[in-house]
Amino acid sequence: MYRYTDFDAAFVATRNAQFRAQVERRIDGSLTEDEFKPLRLMNGLYLQLHAYMLRVAIPYGTLNSAQLRQLAYIAERWDKGYGHFTTRQNIQFNWPKLRDVPDMLDALAEVQMHAIQTSGNTIRNVTADHFAGAAADEIADPRPVAELIRQWSTDHPEFQFLPRKFKIAVTGSPNDRAVTKAHDIGLRMIRNDAGKPGFEVIVGGGLGRTPVIGKIVRDFLPEADLLPYLEAVVSVWNLLGRRDNKYKSRIKITVHEHGIDDIRARVEDRFALLRPAFSGVDQQLFAQIKSDFAPPAFEDRDTAPFDQAYEQDSVFRSWADTNLSDHRAPGHAIAQISLKAHGATPGDASADQMRVMADLAARYGHDELRISHEQNIVLPHVHKADLPAIHAALKEAGLATANIGRISDIIACPGMDYCALATARSIPIAQEIATRFDQLKLEHEVGDLKIKISGCINACGHHHVGHIGVLGLDRAGVESYQITLGGDHTENAAIGQRTGPGFAADEIVPAIERIVDTYLSERLSADEAFIDTFARVGMTPFKTALYGENDKRAKAA
Amino acid sequence: MAAIFTPKVVTANALLEGDVVYLTDADTWSRDLEQAEVLTDEADAQIRLIEASARVDEVVGVYLAEVTPGSTGPEPAHFREAFRATGPSNYSHGKQSEAL
Ligand code: SF4
Repeated sequence: MYRYTDFDAAFVATRNAQFRAQVERRIDGSLTEDEFKPLRLMNGLYLQLHAYMLRVAIPYGTLNSAQLRQLAYIAERWDKGYGHFTTRQNIQFNWPKLRDVPDMLDALAEVQMHAIQTSGNTIRNVTADHFAGAAADEIADPRPVAELIRQWSTDHPEFQFLPRKFKIAVTGSPNDRAVTKAHDIGLRMIRNDAGKPGFEVIVGGGLGRTPVIGKIVRDFLPEADLLPYLEAVVSVWNLLGRRDNKYKSRIKITVHEHGIDDIRARVEDRFALLRPAFSGVDQQLFAQIKSDFAPPAFEDRDTAPFDQAYEQDSVFRSWADTNLSDHRAPGHAIAQISLKAHGATPGDASADQMRVMADLAARYGHDELRISHEQNIVLPHVHKADLPAIHAALKEAGLATANIGRISDIIACPGMDYCALATARSIPIAQEIATRFDQLKLEHEVGDLKIKISGCINACGHHHVGHIGVLGLDRAGVESYQITLGGDHTENAAIGQRTGPGFAADEIVPAIERIVDTYLSERLSADEAFIDTFARVGMTPFKTALYGENDKRAKAA
Repeated sequence: MAAIFTPKVVTANALLEGDVVYLTDADTWSRDLEQAEVLTDEADAQIRLIEASARVDEVVGVYLAEVTPGSTGPEPAHFREAFRATGPSNYSHGKQSEAL
């Protein structure tokens, strides 16, 4: 597995020792909170509603079994025996004590992990598809591209004081699992008509307060032109981007204010100037990084044990149907482990569960695990013959919920149960929806339906791109939930439309039920997914179901 | 027009544990909202806030939270404060599971 070439154990050890001294000085009162706060934030330590929270980085959402075991150990030794996997593909510990945090950081360093946060107005972490290197539909592994960009952008002298933070996502597959259209720059690896590899470049997407779907700024960029072109985009924005108002500083606003054609022309001019300066060193580096991401050696074995279990065991079959995806290597599969047991907190795993997953990865999965932004765990490379054994072990650990992509596979941010910025809770809403649809036994009939819930407009729960999005707000001192429909997080990215006035906490589950009932009665057949029915029939039937024919509330919307 | 001053308590998070705490009239920090000193006078409240904010080696993020008087002591006026006073709703973690 790939390791950071510049991951410097000595650097992390020094940072940890410094932070240990800073914590001591904070505790003895020689540092004030104002002095300490930026230091703890740099080291991933936040103060939430009820406790501190330590956020641990998981680059490209990729972990090996030793790392996951160590996270389990940390959860048990210093936290409350569990960890929360987030939509940003990292893990949060919700209950660390200030005095213990330096020990936790040292324990992380033992497995080459850290909690150091990228911060400031720079090019931030580059994200990639969580099926990278495994998916059957992939043109090429996007992680070497992400890593090339990371190395180019880290400490890039021109880009240390950008108008705001800048995020890039890369997908190597036409089925976009990296939400590239909701990033400052999204890159889709494609081939042109001549079969040459390159990128479709998308610019100006983003969620949060002002959700925008990115626009195509270049429909085919040859692979070797990537870095000069990115440099051109960032430098055009660096010049034009607004520094007077932080809500207008992201590139999505720049694109909106200047228009995509103007931005494209400026980028091309700049690119023409920059291109000759890239002599090919970047391409040598790229080749080297690619070899670091070489796939594991896949075995060619008989899949009979899988076929047999699939035939005979209906529980296994149901799990295989929902939780497996096609792998590029024959006889293999990508297995998703749902962290969304009905009624449980989305994204939480106990220390015991982490150890079970680590063992399975070590034994059957080339020692590799991924965290998806949908808050599930992925075993990217497993042989089908081993799946019955894997499933049995997962079942034992309460990890065999067969609901990937279903209505109970809900993304929910921590909301007001933990997050200091929240305006309402999101976890209990997710728990209630999942429990309700499990009772109704409707989940599999409903099919592909993504509910995404955020506890404030920062949109960590990606509610804008949920088929059903739920946003928790504070309306005159009462939790109120706004529903959006028709959002899409895939290559057909779309921002959901608001249904109308919000719902109180105890009205939200019945409201979701009415939406689902409407879908079931409107769809042409069981093959028409929720999002397609919505595209065909539009908002009206859903609005009527939610607010009634002549409801004043619907008119007021 | 001066707004009417509503009752407040001084609240913060404990420096070491991060727990939500309230200032009592004995100048100690309690984990229990019912033990908190209720401030009904604005000038008083400001003074108590400034004093509490100076205790940098005990607490973090000191502020005044609105309360309503109840039969057994102050009660949170806003749901955010209600969650802070109780703990998260998904697990019985935090102060709801610990003896006060
Ligand atoms: S969306 Fe808001 S409430 Fe949810 S985690 Fe992000 S900042 Fe916190």
